Amino acid sequence: MAEQEHTEHIVSPGTYLAIILTLLALTGITVFAAFVNLGRFNIVVALLIATIKATLVVLIFMHAKYAPERTKLVIIAGIFWLALLLFMTLSDYASRVDYRGVRYPMTQIILRAPGQRG
Amino acid sequence: MRTQATGPALQMPEKHYLNATYGIRSWLLTTDHKRIALLWLAAVTFFFFIGGFFAMMIRLHLLTPNGYLLTPDMYNRMFTMHGVTMVFFFLIPSIPAILGNFLIPMMIGAKDLAFPKINLLSWYIYIIGGLFTLWSMINGGLDTGWTFYTPLSTVYSNSAVGPAVIGVFINGFSSILTGLNFLVTVHTMRAPGMTWFRLPLFVWAHYATSIVMILGTPVIAITLGLAAMERLFGLGFFNPAMGGDPILFQHLFWFYSHPAVYIMILPAMGVISELIPTFARKRLFGYHFVAAASLAIAVIGFLVWTHHMFLTGQSTYAAVAFSFLTFIVAIPSAIKTFNWTATLFGGSISFDTPMLYAFGFLGLFMIGGLTGLFLGALGVDINIHDTYFVVAHFHYIMVGGAVMGYLGGLHFWWPKITGRMYPEWLARIAAFILFIGFNFTFFPQFILGIMGMPRRYHMYPPEFQIYNVMSTAGASILAVGYLLPMVYLTWAAFYGKVAGDNPWPATGLEWKTQSPPLTENFDVTPVVTWEAYDFHNRPDLGLDVPSGKGSPVVAPAHGDD
Amino acid sequence: MHRTGALFGQFKTLEQQKDTATLGMWIFLVTEVMFFGGIMLAYTINRHTYFHAFAMGSNTLSLGLGGFNTVVLLASSFTMAMAVWSAQTSRKKLITLFLSLTILLGFVFFGVKYVEYAQKFHHHLVPGKNFDIFYCVTNPTKCEDIDAADMAKEREEIEVAAKADPDLNAHAQLYYSAYFGMTGLHALHMVIGAGLLFWLLKESVAGRFNAEWNNPVDIVGLYWHFVDIVWIYLFPLLYLIDRHK
Repeated sequence: MAEQEHTEHIVSPGTYLAIILTLLALTGITVFAAFVNLGRFNIVVALLIATIKATLVVLIFMHAKYAPERTKLVIIAGIFWLALLLFMTLSDYASRVDYRGVRYPMTQIILRAPGQRG
Repeated sequence: MRTQATGPALQMPEKHYLNATYGIRSWLLTTDHKRIALLWLAAVTFFFFIGGFFAMMIRLHLLTPNGYLLTPDMYNRMFTMHGVTMVFFFLIPSIPAILGNFLIPMMIGAKDLAFPKINLLSWYIYIIGGLFTLWSMINGGLDTGWTFYTPLSTVYSNSAVGPAVIGVFINGFSSILTGLNFLVTVHTMRAPGMTWFRLPLFVWAHYATSIVMILGTPVIAITLGLAAMERLFGLGFFNPAMGGDPILFQHLFWFYSHPAVYIMILPAMGVISELIPTFARKRLFGYHFVAAASLAIAVIGFLVWTHHMFLTGQSTYAAVAFSFLTFIVAIPSAIKTFNWTATLFGGSISFDTPMLYAFGFLGLFMIGGLTGLFLGALGVDINIHDTYFVVAHFHYIMVGGAVMGYLGGLHFWWPKITGRMYPEWLARIAAFILFIGFNFTFFPQFILGIMGMPRRYHMYPPEFQIYNVMSTAGASILAVGYLLPMVYLTWAAFYGKVAGDNPWPATGLEWKTQSPPLTENFDVTPVVTWEAYDFHNRPDLGLDVPSGKGSPVVAPAHGDD
Repeated sequence: MHRTGALFGQFKTLEQQKDTATLGMWIFLVTEVMFFGGIMLAYTINRHTYFHAFAMGSNTLSLGLGGFNTVVLLASSFTMAMAVWSAQTSRKKLITLFLSLTILLGFVFFGVKYVEYAQKFHHHLVPGKNFDIFYCVTNPTKCEDIDAADMAKEREEIEVAAKADPDLNAHAQLYYSAYFGMTGLHALHMVIGAGLLFWLLKESVAGRFNAEWNNPVDIVGLYWHFVDIVWIYLFPLLYLIDRHK
């Protein structure tokens, strides 16, 4: 048999409690941050906090921290492929330039051809 | 062919998976991966006929430039249904669901796949998806092209788009479950001694295919789901009238559909990796490179999808990047082709039917692959995009490659599946007929494409007629090449000569079981102590192994063929 | 293939069975990541393109209800993790308790979602023929559930948004497409999760889970936590766009 599971690591209720309290606190912070005007960084902060929360859930609630290497590889592959989908598609939208060298704002890509008005 | 050229006729084993239990329920509720594979064989063959019927309609219609056979609208439905059926209901499942299901547990020394019930569920999901698609056909079919481009498919088309989209959506889950089953099985169910690098390359190929199935299919699922929502509820992501973006649909669609073509070809490559060592009696050249190339194709295949969208007005910079990556993805395929060829060198080659299909694959896949590079070059693609050049390119790979791999594999493992041999000379003739028919059908299409004939058009200028007629004539011959195996393989399953455990002989673990195998595959779990394709160190195969190093293993004498 | 106790016939040991099932669930969750990823991509591109419409749409959502639902779902993840712990330590009564709590919290979530969806129907904010982002502002008597102060704010916001985006209605419909698409898909997954939890509950009442065999609780837990993670992202993406105005 290939890989054997080690004796199970049982996470204590105390740890779970600490994590849920942290998650609730982070939720509060994210709502609070939404009311502060950070301009274009509002979304960055929101996603950052969400990612921290997700990471805590994956590592502790889903026991990924104590899982075999193979599981960690599966998780990383999933995240990596999602990033591929998002970033490679966005790279098309973000880098469109018309024949005059003018960058397309996103609205123009979808609504009108270059130079067309209205 | 057979190690016993003469001698007493072999007997079918008394108990095996086919006669273990009787009755329709024992088949429809089976969890035996071998029976499930046969359920798949029946279902996939059924859809192949349907797809073939649509192909026949296309080619008959294109005999004349003005297209008297079908109305333009009907013609649109013909090529769309041909594509949908062949891509989603034939090519994607064929080798993995039939040969993969049947062989992988045996190749790794397991009793079954990791999740036998999910295996059966996968087949039922396929049937349900197929029924939805058939429902669409009965209601007039759809006319959007198998690519379902929006907003035609979501807003303007009056054809039966809804059921077809739902059918393909459901079918996707079948693919996901099969891929999941294979991945987990290869990780956790290998017999003692079956290390990763002793696995047959067929298993590596299916592992890579499963990675693609797992990571890509969900994206087409959500895309078709959103398209269905748009059509039914007016959602609007892909509809320009509402501010949506049709190109977004194309990005999401091709993110799956390009890797999907690797789902279709990787298993066939896996079959070829089994056939060539067996019929050259030589270890596969560069095993590690071929295994790594399978994974590389799976991964890099996800990075090239916008080469289907070069003419959509996308970013030029993105186009350059994707074009470059398209050239890169050809490299692992080329590595495999070189390694297969190198395996032949110094081997002891025989021309049994599976080997004929393997040779066909080598040549035709190479042509298909190289023409893909022309399409991947930005400047050239401007001229040949959406022409018959593309059609010829992908048919060379899908039919000349994948279908040849499928047929070669079916022939090679037919004795294991049924316990009986097919008629060798008839099979060789059929292989030749298929090869000739195929080339007559699709080579003229390269010429048509260069000359400028667009694809998906119901009529064409009269100067193209000679090539279209040649193509249709070739298609008729190709059809004979398909029908013959269907007839004689079925005949052979009941009346063929009893094959014995290992008629070729081949080195895989599946050949150490009886033919047909027991339900549990092995009496005792095997312990693997040999490397893959090691013809020199397998006395149990009964081959004549000369003592001089580098001398080829002697091919066994052919019996009464 | 025959089954002896908890061990299925194709496996040699319970350890192998557990290992296999857990790997299977993780790989399935990766497919779910890609599945939600597609609609996330659609959301991302449309949010960037039609920021004003998306901000307007987001501000019509109830932050209170959304925040409450987030807390509910996080709590349900906690109770699910505790159910797994109870199984791992053979505390059979606690398994049932924590599974029941998880199901209960799930239903609370559904209840709040129902209230939110009903509100959207009432306010003509469901994509389709009747969609009208201006409905409440032009018909304040029809939208009695919005109090005067909020109504004044909404009026102000919508005027600014309409100036910035002449096609506000059409683009706001895209926001609501994303809203219903993403939360609907999420809710569907929660319904499936609730079904799995009911099955687990039945098995736990029958005393099936203990320290030696608790894998089903573990892998349903993985699924449930994943559904929670999706909501962790949906909440800021849908409810917290441009709230600081």
